[in-house]
Amino acid sequence: MTHRAMLYLRRFLAAAVIALGLVAPASAQLRVRVDEGNFQPTPIAIPDFQVTGANADLAKQIAEVVRADLASTGLFDLQNPASFIQRDLSINAEPRFADWKIIRTEGLVVGTFEEMADGKVAVSFRLWDIYGGELMRINGEPGRRLTTTPENWRRIAHKIADSIYTRLTGEDPYFDTRIVYIAETGPKTARVKRLAIMDSDGANQQYLTSGRSTVLTPRFSPSAQEITYMSYEGGKPRVYLFNIETGRQELLGNFPGMTFSPRFTRDGQSVLLSQAQRGNTDIYILNLRTRESDRLTDHPSIDTSPSMSPDGKSVVFNSDRGGTPQLYIMNTDKSKRTCPGGGSDVACRITFGKGRYSTPVWSPRGDLIAFTKQEGGKFYVGVIGIDGKGERLLTEAYLDEGPDWSPNGRVIVYFREARPGASPQLFSVDLSGRNERRLVTQTDASDPAWSPLLQ
Amino acid sequence: MHTFLKVTAAAALLATGACASQPDPVKDTTPVVENTTPVEEKTEVVKTDPVVTSSIAPGSLEDFRVNVGERVYFDLDQYRLDTEDQEILKRQAAWLASYPNIRILVAGNADERGTREYNLALGERRANAVKEYLVSLGVSASRVDTVSYGKERPLAAGSDDQSWALNRNGWTQIVSGATS
Repeated sequence: MTHRAMLYLRRFLAAAVIALGLVAPASAQLRVRVDEGNFQPTPIAIPDFQVTGANADLAKQIAEVVRADLASTGLFDLQNPASFIQRDLSINAEPRFADWKIIRTEGLVVGTFEEMADGKVAVSFRLWDIYGGELMRINGEPGRRLTTTPENWRRIAHKIADSIYTRLTGEDPYFDTRIVYIAETGPKTARVKRLAIMDSDGANQQYLTSGRSTVLTPRFSPSAQEITYMSYEGGKPRVYLFNIETGRQELLGNFPGMTFSPRFTRDGQSVLLSQAQRGNTDIYILNLRTRESDRLTDHPSIDTSPSMSPDGKSVVFNSDRGGTPQLYIMNTDKSKRTCPGGGSDVACRITFGKGRYSTPVWSPRGDLIAFTKQEGGKFYVGVIGIDGKGERLLTEAYLDEGPDWSPNGRVIVYFREARPGASPQLFSVDLSGRNERRLVTQTDASDPAWSPLLQ
Repeated sequence: MHTFLKVTAAAALLATGACASQPDPVKDTTPVVENTTPVEEKTEVVKTDPVVTSSIAPGSLEDFRVNVGERVYFDLDQYRLDTEDQEILKRQAAWLASYPNIRILVAGNADERGTREYNLALGERRANAVKEYLVSLGVSASRVDTVSYGKERPLAAGSDDQSWALNRNGWTQIVSGATS
């Protein structure tokens, strides 16, 4: 174990013992920290899987996707296979730790790939802690085996990467997910906007709508089977539901005015949305089962972009009731709350910095709110505590807009126009502000939203 | 463009007598082919500005666009109508009074320097401000629909102050009832 890893471990164990009264496990294990200021990616090795059966290409592709997923976090340094010394790995034997220490590998994945008689494929793998000199159990098991049809091979790869990521970082998984977004084509003054969906790594891109009607702001339900979004279908801008399996679209609610900025509640039972009518925009909550709606805000200002806390008790939203767009939090039951700035009110303002704040999205972990900030001719994506403290700007560009969280709350996806006149593209950034990356799409793209972990 | 609109629209006002209070369309406003007999005032305008008025059928989309003015422009993050906007909307109201079968859709638009959802709300505010002003001038609310396009339908493709100013507009579009 490296000195650094040992330090982390001591800190972690001390915290665990104090906080939970746990007895420390008998041996030290590799752990990758995601929040260290002075950051170095952890070297790990994922050699191609051993193949029994014919489809060596597929086995290679799976290993490549696992490596790409892990590399995309910025937390791991995926080591070059040419540097590997041990070439006779077996899933049923300990690796020669000394061989891997020479190239400074900290974690090693050993896997096998097989084609089965029924046409399905299976991948088994184990994770080794090289400096700890031992097997790392995954969910208490000495390894993991995943089986699926060959067409589904990417999901196996994402699940393997998720297992490794979770085992090494302690964070929840997020690779086996999808991202829905708006695919944009055509000139700026006559844009065609379609719903599109892809895997979290940009694979399997497909369009869900024809582009006949402009669509905007898609968001996933917690089941990952439905999307709520806004469409100009029939010329009227209104909120719809889209079923990914069936392709069926359904108008939501029976509002006289225009409806927009939809977002599911965390339990998936309701959709929060805005209705604009007679020059005033307020926030409503629509129960999907009863189809009844309840008005959450009733204020002559613009109240929009609602997002519910994971516990369902609070809603953060954007309002210009103070003169400029800022973020406010209210209780879902509309009772008064104690405001961070003092006093109590139905809606408490949480942003007091310079600039205009909008598009708040509550983190799945509950402690942070991601937002778009506009100040001095630039746009930023940032996060702030629910008490209005600890604002951090993570990105900056001509236009950075519309953040959404990975289901584990570690990564934020958003869209960017890098310069005046530049096309919109999707980007992601780690919560730490590190590892800003473009998500490559076939067309220009905006309004990305992350699915929950697939089932 | 703005100044041009102002001048031609003023000419049109002169031509029709600008009778906002006149309840029913007079004969000369019914659909006609070009070179119909103009009324006296119109003759004068034709003399001074034959290009603009000679080939446009009164009550047509082009008549509205060229002689009345279809857009008002808003200040940054505002939905207030200044006197210039009000003049355009007064002409719109007068014109609509002359053609009671015409229905309109007012679209509210925003520039690209705001977030999508906020701008949808802002666009609705702008469209509603235009509608309310027209209604205050006697246009029946049932003839006026509104829609917000937020920042989704820019008029100008540029990313500069001039384009943004053009894109912050309320656009009155004739939906039905116009002569062709």
